[in-house]
Amino acid sequence: MSVSAVTTHAERRQAAWLVAAAVPDPELPMLTLADLGVLRAVEVAADGAVEVVLTPTWSGCPALATMRDDVVRRVDEAGLGPVRVLVELLPAWSSDDISPQGRRALAEHGVSPPRPGARRTGPVPLSLGRHRAVSCPRCDGAAETLSAWGPTPCTSLHRCGECGEPFQHIKEVG
Amino acid sequence: MSLLDDGWAFGAEFADPLASLDTSIPDGVDGALLAAYALGLADDALVAAQRMTWWCSRAPELELDLAWANVALDLLGQARPLLVRAATAEPALVPALPAGSPIPAEDALAFFREPAGFRNHRLVEGADADFAQAVVRLLLLSTTRLAVFERLRHSRDQVLAGVAAKGVPELAYHRDLAAQWFLVLAGGTEESRRRTVAAVAALWPLHVEALETHAVEVAAARAGVGADPADVREQVAAVLGPLLETAGVVPPPSGRARPAATGRDGAHTAEFAPLLDEMQSVARAHPMGRW
Repeated sequence: MSVSAVTTHAERRQAAWLVAAAVPDPELPMLTLADLGVLRAVEVAADGAVEVVLTPTWSGCPALATMRDDVVRRVDEAGLGPVRVLVELLPAWSSDDISPQGRRALAEHGVSPPRPGARRTGPVPLSLGRHRAVSCPRCDGAAETLSAWGPTPCTSLHRCGECGEPFQHIKEVG
Repeated sequence: MSLLDDGWAFGAEFADPLASLDTSIPDGVDGALLAAYALGLADDALVAAQRMTWWCSRAPELELDLAWANVALDLLGQARPLLVRAATAEPALVPALPAGSPIPAEDALAFFREPAGFRNHRLVEGADADFAQAVVRLLLLSTTRLAVFERLRHSRDQVLAGVAAKGVPELAYHRDLAAQWFLVLAGGTEESRRRTVAAVAALWPLHVEALETHAVEVAAARAGVGADPADVREQVAAVLGPLLETAGVVPPPSGRARPAATGRDGAHTAEFAPLLDEMQSVARAHPMGRW
């Protein structure tokens, strides 16, 4: 989209939203930032800059800086800049924020999506590993847990008892 | 601005995404108090993360190697916005750097404070004598921090509330990991049990110390921004009590007199300065932040 095609603030805001929403997650490229649920808002600020509001997933996740850089580059390349990215912590991201389309995309790529209903407000009980069973994203067979901690903070590792395929599961947080 | 052009020495995040957080101070709250409170929580996480990374490549099995590195990363992620909170609420806390240094306040606090400027509990600063001690230390840290964070979700300060809301599920995973391994080690071989019992005996006094009330925490709780550890003692005991009982491990009586000064006052053990030396050496060699 060229600059000349965009005339009003509202149109620029909408165009920037579409560009930012389509940016792929740096670690899970089958998901867009909109699918992941980390894109919170797009506004046009008083100084004319497009402001994109992102929220982090896990506290230490280094992908946030890459997401920020990717959003800035894509919005700039679309001729919609200047653009800056703001980070907000509240409300905290939950794995419940991954869209139904995002869950389907994860499963289609062999990654087990987080189960809904992760968000809670009361005290967290000690589970001692008694989490709900994870099923295989390929054949839906019951899976065993290989490691509650995968290569990234947000994933665990499992193996399907039916088809034998190992896979990653996105952990529930909320 | 690219990373390579600038020769930025402190990692990839030249423009820190956290710089855009809303750090306004709630009405009627003393900035210095808010900063002092946030610093204690930040330092607990920062120092624990630094200690835990020692296990990277040394853990008893690959799963634990990954787990310890991931937990350390979570804690480091909690420490960073808390350091930003402390620096923005009380800029005088941030160590002075050479004029023109681009090092952000968050890094200045992490890398340019002396040991006595750190406010972490002594529980998190000791080197682990063995893996049993690493497990018990994480169990005690995560159980207490989780209980504190559950309250902090309602802090009037939006940065503390935000860090806590994100931190609660993370800490619940940490506590689960530690609790499971605590039961495995306590119920394992004679040797693993001996080491687990010894770890509880060695670390329990530091756990009791971490649940002591400190003037900063009392004031922060009164101002509606913090939590007093005394208020979570029951909740912590309700988790640890049954767990220790299941494991058949009895904690030592907490008869020891409270030390005059604790980690929250900047009083640390002999193990702490060497830890900081290692953590801070690269940053201190490059106070302008460039190679």
